[in-house]
Order: sequence, then C-alpha cells, then structure tokens
Amino acid sequence: MQIDDTDRRILRHWLDEPGQDRAVLADRAGVTPATLWRRIERMKGSGVIRAEGAVIDWRRLGYAVEVSLRFTLDKTEPRAFDQFIAAAREVPEVIGIETFLGRVDVRLNVIARDMGHWTGVYRERILSLPHIAEVEALMLVSTIKDSAGLPL
Amino acid sequence: MTAVVDLDDLDRALLRALAADGTLSAGELGRRFGLSQPAAWRRVRRLEETGVLAGRRVEVDREKLGFGVTVFLGVRLATKGRVSLEDFERAVQAIPEVQVVQHVLGLFDYRLRVVARDLADFERVLRRRIMTLPGVGSVEANVLLTEERRPGPLGAADSVVKG
Repeated sequence: MQIDDTDRRILRHWLDEPGQDRAVLADRAGVTPATLWRRIERMKGSGVIRAEGAVIDWRRLGYAVEVSLRFTLDKTEPRAFDQFIAAAREVPEVIGIETFLGRVDVRLNVIARDMGHWTGVYRERILSLPHIAEVEALMLVSTIKDSAGLPL
Repeated sequence: MTAVVDLDDLDRALLRALAADGTLSAGELGRRFGLSQPAAWRRVRRLEETGVLAGRRVEVDREKLGFGVTVFLGVRLATKGRVSLEDFERAVQAIPEVQVVQHVLGLFDYRLRVVARDLADFERVLRRRIMTLPGVGSVEANVLLTEERRPGPLGAADSVVKG
C-alpha cells in the first residue's frame, strides 16, 4: 500500500498524541472527520496500523518497581532463545520481551510491587529461566519521554 | 505516594481486553464478559478516573512507514550533577528520532529508543545528534530484532512469589 502525505500527516499527529479526540485529530491533520475515518480504516486494513490499545499505569495497581533486565544467553544451546522466551512468557511480572543484535540478546521488562517483591521475582522466577549466561539490571528511575512518534 | 486501586477478576479481564484493543465499546465488552452495557461502562469509567487506564497507544508497522531500524542505546554521562542531567534530558527529548528516554540506575544513566530509516541513517543520528548531546560519555547500541508486549500480572493465576 502506498502512503501519501495526508496519511503521513494523520499519523504524525496521531502518534504524537494517541489519546486525542478524533475531531481534534482531523482538524490538526487538515482533513474532514469522514476522510480521517476512511484513511485510518485503510491503514488498519493494510497493516500499517497494527493495533490501538489502552495503556495501563502499573503504578496505580501497586507496581512501583520497574526493571529492565538485559540477558546474554548461552549460544552453545541452539534452542536457547526459544526456550528462554517461552519460559519468560510464563512469568506474569514480565510485561515486555525484546530480542536484539548486539552485546545483549534479550531484554525483559519486569514489574514488581516493591523491593521485597522484586527480590522474590528475581530470585525465584527470573534466575530460574533457562540458558542464562549473563544478566544485568537497569532499575527505572523515571521516564522522561515515551512516544511512538516517528519523524514522518 | 500513589493510591493503589483494587481490582476484581472482571476488572482484570476488562484491562486485558482493552490493552489489546482500546477501541472496544462498553457494549462489546459487556457481551464478551457477561455484563450489561451500563455496568461495563461504569467499570471502564472507574478505571479511567483512577488513572489505571492511562491513555492510548497506537502500534504501527514502522518498516512499512520506512523506518526499518530501531536501536536501544545505553548512555553513560561523563559528568553527573543535577545540572548535567537537566541539560542532557532537555536536549535528548527534542530529537525527533528518539522515542523513549528513561533515566535508569545501573550500568548506564539513560536508556534511549531510537528509530531510523536504515543503518546509515542511524549512524547519522548517532553521530550528529546523540554524540553531540551535552555530557555524553559512552554509548552502547543494541539493534532491536523483535518485541512482544505481554499482558502483565492481570491473569487469574497471579504470581505466587512472596516478598
């Protein structure tokens, strides 16, 4: 599917502020609400827009701790990635799984209620995941920017 | 201190469904979970008002839009003081290719998520925009291959781990 300037304009404004009202978005992108609706439906149909989900604020649910865990896996085991990821999916506190090319193989985003809970999750659930060669933790202090915006 | 919101199983099911598809109406949610439309609406409204539902995200196929490369950078500042943090944060936020900036504790001071058209474009962003930021010491780059969002602790089988 071809993306034209109108689509790009819509996406630029929408990605910058996904929660905004459709009427406001149409106005900012300089299209009528009907055009906006048609364009969005077309981009959903062609897979340019994959999903439109709600954001959950885990802190409001009592999860005050968020840690980024960076793993290097034992690559002598050919199924290391698959088995590690399958096991990580079973840990409820894991809210995101990413794989990389670089010094880090896999990153898990893990939440916990407090440091006591974190210690339990880390020792009992995380360190028991298969094929870990190395693990490093980055504890989130604050999120300064979090946007899906693209320089379209 | 943030007040913690209590959820029952139905709230958790609603959150799971909305995290996957935020466009679901109260009527559709009601039908799916055996609630009346007004009852589903009241529950969603409570989740919004208490801040548990904190807005929307739009997921796009970045590659189809011409952004084939996403890189996570771990950045260490050369000097650390309140002023240098503020200078760095102000400047890094303004870079359009930088989607996420997180202040972290550990091996690095900041985690950045950077999008680029291709590796050559990423190199340009890295050299001209990132390495010229005030206070930047060392930078480690890892190219994102796959990413998966998980529902988190909303399932019926909550973690059994005790603190």
